[in-house]
Amino acid sequence: MSVHTLTVDGVEVAVPAGASLLDAVRAAGADLPTLCHLDGLTPVGACRLCLVELEGSGRLQPACATAAAEGMAVLTQTPQLQEWRRMAVELFFAEGNHVCAFCVANGNCELQDVAVAVGMDHSRFPYQYPNRRVDASHPQFAIDHHRCILCTRCVRVCDEIEGAHVWDVANRGAECSIIAGLDQPWGEVAACTSCGKCVDVCPTGAIFRKDDTTAEKEAHRERPQLLRAARDQHQWLNQ
Amino acid sequence: MTRTITIDPVTRIEGHAKITLHLDEAGRLADARFHVVEYRGFETFCEGRPFTEMAGITARICGICPVSHLLAAAKTGDKLLAVQPPPAARKLRRMLNLAQLCQSHALSFFHLSSPDFLLGWESDPARRNVFGLMAADPDLARAGIRLRQFGQQVLELLGGRKIHSAWAVPGGVRTPLSAEARAWILERLPEAKATVTTALELYKKLLDGPLQREQSTFGDFPSLFMGLVAADGGWECIEGAIRFIDSQGRIVADGLSEDDYASYLGEAVESWSYLKFPYYKPLGYPEGIYRVGPLARLNVCDRIGTPWADAELAEFRQRSGTAESNGRIVTSSFAFHHARLVEIVACLEGIEQLVADDSLMTDRIRARADLNANEAVGVSEAPRGTLFHHYRVDDDGLITRVNLIIATGQNNLAMNRTVAQIAREFISEPVAEGAEIPEPLLNRVEAGIRCFDPCLSCSTHAAGQMPLHIELVDAGGRLLAERVRD
Repeated sequence: MSVHTLTVDGVEVAVPAGASLLDAVRAAGADLPTLCHLDGLTPVGACRLCLVELEGSGRLQPACATAAAEGMAVLTQTPQLQEWRRMAVELFFAEGNHVCAFCVANGNCELQDVAVAVGMDHSRFPYQYPNRRVDASHPQFAIDHHRCILCTRCVRVCDEIEGAHVWDVANRGAECSIIAGLDQPWGEVAACTSCGKCVDVCPTGAIFRKDDTTAEKEAHRERPQLLRAARDQHQWLNQ
Repeated sequence: MTRTITIDPVTRIEGHAKITLHLDEAGRLADARFHVVEYRGFETFCEGRPFTEMAGITARICGICPVSHLLAAAKTGDKLLAVQPPPAARKLRRMLNLAQLCQSHALSFFHLSSPDFLLGWESDPARRNVFGLMAADPDLARAGIRLRQFGQQVLELLGGRKIHSAWAVPGGVRTPLSAEARAWILERLPEAKATVTTALELYKKLLDGPLQREQSTFGDFPSLFMGLVAADGGWECIEGAIRFIDSQGRIVADGLSEDDYASYLGEAVESWSYLKFPYYKPLGYPEGIYRVGPLARLNVCDRIGTPWADAELAEFRQRSGTAESNGRIVTSSFAFHHARLVEIVACLEGIEQLVADDSLMTDRIRARADLNANEAVGVSEAPRGTLFHHYRVDDDGLITRVNLIIATGQNNLAMNRTVAQIAREFISEPVAEGAEIPEPLLNRVEAGIRCFDPCLSCSTHAAGQMPLHIELVDAGGRLLAERVRD
């Protein structure tokens, strides 16, 4: 197996060919905030939190969706990157209606964790207070679009692992939203197997079990990786 | 020329309000009004949310009594699921409410109201607060603060946090009583009991002496009283049914369900206050005036059910009960203070009984079900009185309509009448144009409101540092004179 050698913030690492820059960063013992990325799902580079700088190119690249190459010199923590990451998180908060106080995911929310990690204490952008929907038509689950950050993990897990493709993305810009089926109420989409994988992977409280109340959501974000390992490598982790 | 004197804001209460005193042409007091000048709109922004969030959202209405909303919301949720919470969950909810009543009453008595009668109505207003009390009687102030801490700590031991816990949920509660919580409560109960013993002794001495005039003039008038009572007529704080009793001690209505509240409670609106004026419908507005809260709960119940509290209840009635009711009913709003102390006794005895109950340590504490009803009303006894939550939901469980009937609102008519009565007693002479009204007198008018411990929002000015703003205004709204206390 061929190996690429590169540096991450000056630390030399070797990763197998095909590895992403995010893999290389982790191999170097560093870490980057991520929201759309989830091990086990295809990377899409949607949230832009894992942007890194490649020395000499001046271009920013999403580490999750960029292949590591021989001789790259990756910078992950420049002041400018830190500033942009914080700005990106502030924009997530300003764009939706994220009220932690009574949210089902309070205390178990990746958006909350990322805000802490990037040092966000307020949003410098005006809150948009969009008027979005809550779809609670499914007997077990509900989706609250106010809390959706369009990471598309639900779309990918349903398509790539469950094979049902209930979820997709509709419209553009500020109107962009996750839809069920052909933009139907979730409960009416016959393709849904009620497996709950979208609940497991959702980074926020956007998709949740209906009988969970404030701060009760238990996410299982490790499951796609376990399922993929079982399917592709026949490694059954019965833990 | 008629004039208006304004006290704005009213201090040492929870929320924002002002009082206006209206003088007639001769400078005599014509009327007094208690205005609530804040607006929050919770009922509207709950629309569209899943009903499972209502406990979390409505608890945020208040930082002093979030538990009351939590319990009312959870009980409404029980009915939307059409389930009966397991017995242990019902007992645990009761324990939570007892701790809540204890901490809130301790706050009202020691932090907010006692500076008036322990330091004196005439004392320096800058020191007539809990800090002044600390300087004058540090042991009592510390004991009062620790009594409130006891209640707050029980809330945290049960619900995971002191304020805005989301522990009570539709169908039950989240966690049982832990061994650690039981041990802590047993250790601290004797101190809490000793504090309330001291406070009762002190308060009764004041009642026998310097507070006699206040007892007879701070909102002493006939009215109905409303509260929950247990099936056997005993004192109740979370289950049971609604009872109305009148000033003669006659039970006007009994066994009423919260589901039918709209049939016996009306809500009137006045243009000068954001707080509605609920009234007992069969008697109309404003004749259907009724009071809720500690005084009302002690008036509606036949007994409390624990030995010390029952002895205190008997003494309370013997000391302050009216002759017309053969000592059965206490009509002075000033007796809210005494009633709070009696209720703290009831809470401590109630907690003592529950903490010894092994069945509270079970894991069977939550009934789960799908949505089974589209409309429900839940009720709990908040520290300030009976609290109703009424939700309508669509078939997916999303809220379409919310109505909250808050305890303080139900005392609105009584608070207005209290303010007018105090003002008439202490402003008996005509007020000459441009004359200043002495501060201790205005403080008594404010203190009339403090008897009810109104909770107007989650904002609190417990330190008593808010300025007092008095205005003399003529009938045309022209400002004639002004006085500001910083």
